[in-house]
Amino acid sequence: MGKTLAEKILSVKSGADAQAGGLVVASVDLAFVQDSTGPLTLRQLAELGIDALKDPKRTVVFIDHSAPSPARELSNDHVFLRKFAADKGVVLSDVGEGVCHQRVAESWANPGDVVVGSDSHTVMAGALGAFATGMGSTDIAVAIALGKTWFRVPETIRVLVNGHLHNGVYGKDLILHVIGRIGADGATYKSLEFTGEAVAGMAMPDRLTIANMAVEAGAKVGLFPSDEATRRYLELQGRPERYVPLSPDGDATYEQTIEIDGTALEPTVSKPHMVDNTALARELKGVRIDQVFLGTCTNGRLEDLRIAAQMLKGRKRNPRTRLIVAPASQKIYLDAMATGYLTTLVEAGATVVPPGCAACLGVHQGVLADGEACLSTANRNFKGRMGNPNSFVYLGSPATAAATAITGEITDPREFL
Amino acid sequence: MLKGKVFKFGDDISTDLIIPGKYLNLRSNLPELAKHVLEDADPTFAQRVKKGDFVAGGSNFGLGSSREHAPIVIKMAGVSAVLAKSFARIFFRNAINIGLPVLVCDTDKIKDGDQLEVDLSLGEVSDLTNGAHLHFRPIPDIMLRILNDGGLIPYIQKHKDLVLEG
Repeated sequence: MGKTLAEKILSVKSGADAQAGGLVVASVDLAFVQDSTGPLTLRQLAELGIDALKDPKRTVVFIDHSAPSPARELSNDHVFLRKFAADKGVVLSDVGEGVCHQRVAESWANPGDVVVGSDSHTVMAGALGAFATGMGSTDIAVAIALGKTWFRVPETIRVLVNGHLHNGVYGKDLILHVIGRIGADGATYKSLEFTGEAVAGMAMPDRLTIANMAVEAGAKVGLFPSDEATRRYLELQGRPERYVPLSPDGDATYEQTIEIDGTALEPTVSKPHMVDNTALARELKGVRIDQVFLGTCTNGRLEDLRIAAQMLKGRKRNPRTRLIVAPASQKIYLDAMATGYLTTLVEAGATVVPPGCAACLGVHQGVLADGEACLSTANRNFKGRMGNPNSFVYLGSPATAAATAITGEITDPREFL
Repeated sequence: MLKGKVFKFGDDISTDLIIPGKYLNLRSNLPELAKHVLEDADPTFAQRVKKGDFVAGGSNFGLGSSREHAPIVIKMAGVSAVLAKSFARIFFRNAINIGLPVLVCDTDKIKDGDQLEVDLSLGEVSDLTNGAHLHFRPIPDIMLRILNDGGLIPYIQKHKDLVLEG
């Protein structure tokens, strides 16, 4: 019987015939924690009482969620994480190196891998054809100790994207459209498998954005085939030898297929306080925005900064709208300096903050005031997400963010292309 | 048999509502973090909840972040089980892993403040206030074994490995 991408990867990694609905114990190729869930993971690991970790070199500790630390308790958490990494010989990605998911894509995840992290957006590595999923601290502690975890093999929803995305429409608009269509629990426990003409021609940055947000529809994984775009990306990251092609079988069984006309898509925005509460950017004209946040694992890549810089070149942000930019990794930060994108953004009035999660989760670097609204390129807009339950978060693409920064209200980016 | 008062919440109770990111600095101080449990959904919940009480939600309870602190602080607040029409994937697994029963049933009939009786072995929920009897969906076998052992850590210690059967 033909297999989906999820079934294929889990069959190899479990040594069993993985079929949707079945249970498997799969080996783990990479397990990681970040600073907001890592300390609990380490305490659970101590509780488990297994001293020798399965593979310290395939275990990574990221300090990215509150980096640099805005509070002494968090500074102490960071010390705890660094000491663990040093004691156990685990890889450390410290303050300023970037958001865990971007770093995983740049340096570790490969097609066919099983990747688990104590962060829900671990799904992002699905863009590279890795079965990547977020879990809680206890599950990750077990994966670090034993090098394996258990899964219920997910049923798969195939997302078939026909046609091509028009100028000004990006992967972000596509995934917001999908979530708006199927709902925030439309893919709970499921694998979302992306395919079709628009996906075949899509470069890795857009794929990463789409896979990143699979969890916002409740999905366990968001998977792309490993193809020419994957090969090019791995080559760019300096590990071309890790490329293997990977695609679902032609006769794989899907729970359902969602067909999307990519050509019909328009710039899309999620309204407060749910990701599935979507509208077209043009329908929200006139909604005043106090802060634009460009960055995060979802949309803080070089291509995202390029899109914004090209739109903001020779222009200024609206004086009543703050513009905060967070490159997703140190590598991106350096590239964005070398290409001049950061100069352009700062000249337009942007504040550049260090690579990391920054304002996304409401800890620091852009907490909203009562009644304020933010247009963010991140992945969540739940009530209280950006540090204040009395504020409002809209989600959109980097292009929508740049257009909005210029006008001070939600704006369809095609007005500036 | 579990018995207590239920605190009823709506659909889509996110982990950001259960423990907001603004309290990130309290994540290594769970007793202090627990004082803010569900604060952005109901600021009075933490003061009013008593040992043995229940939390009930609508659909997609626990969506969002993988922060396991969310079910932990609900358990620390004294809550003996969470009932909802559906749960988000990571929250459901986290709750089982730390030994908090999460029960899928039709919570529409349950009103805030009702007295409930929950029989985990029979899979029954009785609403003593309105007389309704509900059945919750059986917890998958592997998860029931983990829950019965008190969570994933004791389960692995007991079996000396991660096993599916046992």
